[in-house]
Amino acid sequence: MEVFVQQLVNGVTLGSIYGLIAIGYTMVYGIIGMINFAHGDVFMVSAFIALIAFLALVALGVTAVPLALFLVLLIAMALTSLYGWAVERVAYRPLRRSFRLAPLISAIGMSIVLQNFVQIAQGARVKPLPPLIGGGYTLIESDTFAVRLSNVQILVVLTTVALMALFSWIIARTRLGRDMRACEQDLKMASLVGVDVDRTIALTFVIGAALAAVAGIMNLLYYGVIDFYIGFVAGVKAFTAAVLGGIGSLPGAMLGGLLIGLIETFWSAYFTIEYKDVAAFSILVIVLIFLPTGILGRPEIEKV
Amino acid sequence: MAHEAQSRSPSFDVWRALKNATLAALVAFGLFSLLIGLRTEQGPTGALILIPRAWELFWLVAAAFVGVFLRELLFGRQRETLAHFIPAPVRTAVARIAPYFRYALLGFALAVPVIFYNDRYLLDLSIQILTYVMLGWGLNIVVGLAGLLDLGYVAFYAVGAYSYALLAQNFGLSFWICLPLAGILAAFWGILLGFPVLRLRGDYLAIVTLAFGEIIRLVLINWQSLTGGPNGISGIARPSFFGLPFTADDNGFAATFGFEFSPNHRVVFLYYLILILALITNAVTIRLRRLPIGRAWEALREDEIACRSLGINTTNTKLTAFAIGAMFGGFAGSFFATRQGFISPESFTFGESALVLAIVVLGGMGSQIGVAVAAAVMLGGFELFREFEQYRMLVFGFAMVAIMIWRPRGLVATRLPSVFLKERKLVSAAMVSEGRG
Repeated sequence: MEVFVQQLVNGVTLGSIYGLIAIGYTMVYGIIGMINFAHGDVFMVSAFIALIAFLALVALGVTAVPLALFLVLLIAMALTSLYGWAVERVAYRPLRRSFRLAPLISAIGMSIVLQNFVQIAQGARVKPLPPLIGGGYTLIESDTFAVRLSNVQILVVLTTVALMALFSWIIARTRLGRDMRACEQDLKMASLVGVDVDRTIALTFVIGAALAAVAGIMNLLYYGVIDFYIGFVAGVKAFTAAVLGGIGSLPGAMLGGLLIGLIETFWSAYFTIEYKDVAAFSILVIVLIFLPTGILGRPEIEKV
Repeated sequence: MAHEAQSRSPSFDVWRALKNATLAALVAFGLFSLLIGLRTEQGPTGALILIPRAWELFWLVAAAFVGVFLRELLFGRQRETLAHFIPAPVRTAVARIAPYFRYALLGFALAVPVIFYNDRYLLDLSIQILTYVMLGWGLNIVVGLAGLLDLGYVAFYAVGAYSYALLAQNFGLSFWICLPLAGILAAFWGILLGFPVLRLRGDYLAIVTLAFGEIIRLVLINWQSLTGGPNGISGIARPSFFGLPFTADDNGFAATFGFEFSPNHRVVFLYYLILILALITNAVTIRLRRLPIGRAWEALREDEIACRSLGINTTNTKLTAFAIGAMFGGFAGSFFATRQGFISPESFTFGESALVLAIVVLGGMGSQIGVAVAAAVMLGGFELFREFEQYRMLVFGFAMVAIMIWRPRGLVATRLPSVFLKERKLVSAAMVSEGRG
């Protein structure tokens, strides 16, 4: 029982991180119908930016943790957004009218570029960061096992909920959100009624990258280590989350993220930890075969 | 168009160029300020310390400024194409000799072991290039002809390699029995993996094949009792000349044919072996392209919905492409195992799939000669620029993006139609409408 609750707590934390990354996939897919293969690597880049920004702040004498965290959040979101924008501008926008596989191949190229860029710039070694936020609560205590809820976990979940609320508001209430929904329905029609399609797509990438940046910071805080390769596995898992929740659907991305996080932690706890990635990848395959529209997605109509 | 041409003034717009270049420099500064400008290193206490690298940052930002400025200077508003970089006489000359190029290349490939008999290093490199040529041709069936993006091709390579290694070690089967078995097993896996997922759209298919590739690699790492886990399998039987081993014994290859023993015999044999395997792949592909199935593949690549309305069974068509591509991957895998004598999951990472895909993309999806040239250029380039080894993945990632933008049909971007009316005409890439299924 205690183990179960503990895994539930861990799973929800992990799921929040996946959910934030998944939103980036699902938004881009919703609007231009392509898998932004480099999104996982944008997440990785953001974790590195956060790490360096934090070390730089400490070197500059900013040692108060809440202030440092806030500044790191701002810096990482801004710079990662720039990465999201640059990737779209360089690798995807020129291909808007190209053939079907072109943007995907270009995205794979971009993913390789980002991964190797970080590897060259920062080295291939694992980068550790001492825990910034200690402490936590003991929820249930029995003789053999104590269920812990750490402050980092609370922070992760609360931030995710807040961002989701903000983001849903942007989509539902603002001009930008309306443009994005218009682009999702029909790019050409949206441009005919005066939506600046290029700008909307660019902003979609920027927002997706900003959310990935938050996920990157939380990943850094939660695990305390990062390396240049984390983007690949996290990317595939977040994509699985997006597909599981129904690609194109924002609540679906969050739901899918939570489910993937829970499945992964429970699998590691009760089965074999070696095969946890196999489990996540298998879910992707199984979902795509039996439930291609996902839990909350709409069936896709093929147009000629 | 005419209006646009007039509005592009002959003297170029300095302010616009300066503005764009400054913007590019600012963006570059934002992108690189932290990741390049500060390097994290493990300090003496074990905690990370920062090492500033101002000059590297400065040079990158300056490069972005100068690069964008030059681009504006040379091309202005006009979109640059590859044609700008290659002068017209060179292009016509290339077009004239192109038809004979393949024979020259084949002749050269056949003569390599004779010319470089004593250069072990070069022979090994050639064998490696040919392995990738074969993998490229195999993947070309799936990506180039059928238009299915397979990101997990290395899985079939792994299946072939492990099939041979395990069959040879556990049952003592020879290479010549294992080779077809490995191919069949890989094709079987291709069908098994392909059957459920081939109904998916292109992008989904790509991700699922990627997931499959990773699943196979993770299983290879974790199923220690069968595969030896991360340590791999060593001591795999080397190939023999149809039963005659390449040893200095009395019943070895050299003694039987009355040659003086040389370790190079095996290398030369391996070279011709992979050359023949690659040529078989090529021949099969060329023949298949003319058969109904090959035509169906190409039709599928261009427009899937049109295919379905013409009554082509798309699932079966995709499945055959997948299985045949996988089979050649399996052949190449068992060749790899017998050549190395040692295999481990390290050799079958996603990077390997990406490399083969990059070869196919650079060579021009669907072009056989292009794939061969791309493999030679790429692996040869890796060897030439050994000291820049860490940059090679970076460069070929950029190359994939650049090719998609400027030359989406690949460097060798002319194609002969497989089916034609009256006369076979060379179609230049500009005339080929891209498949937009």
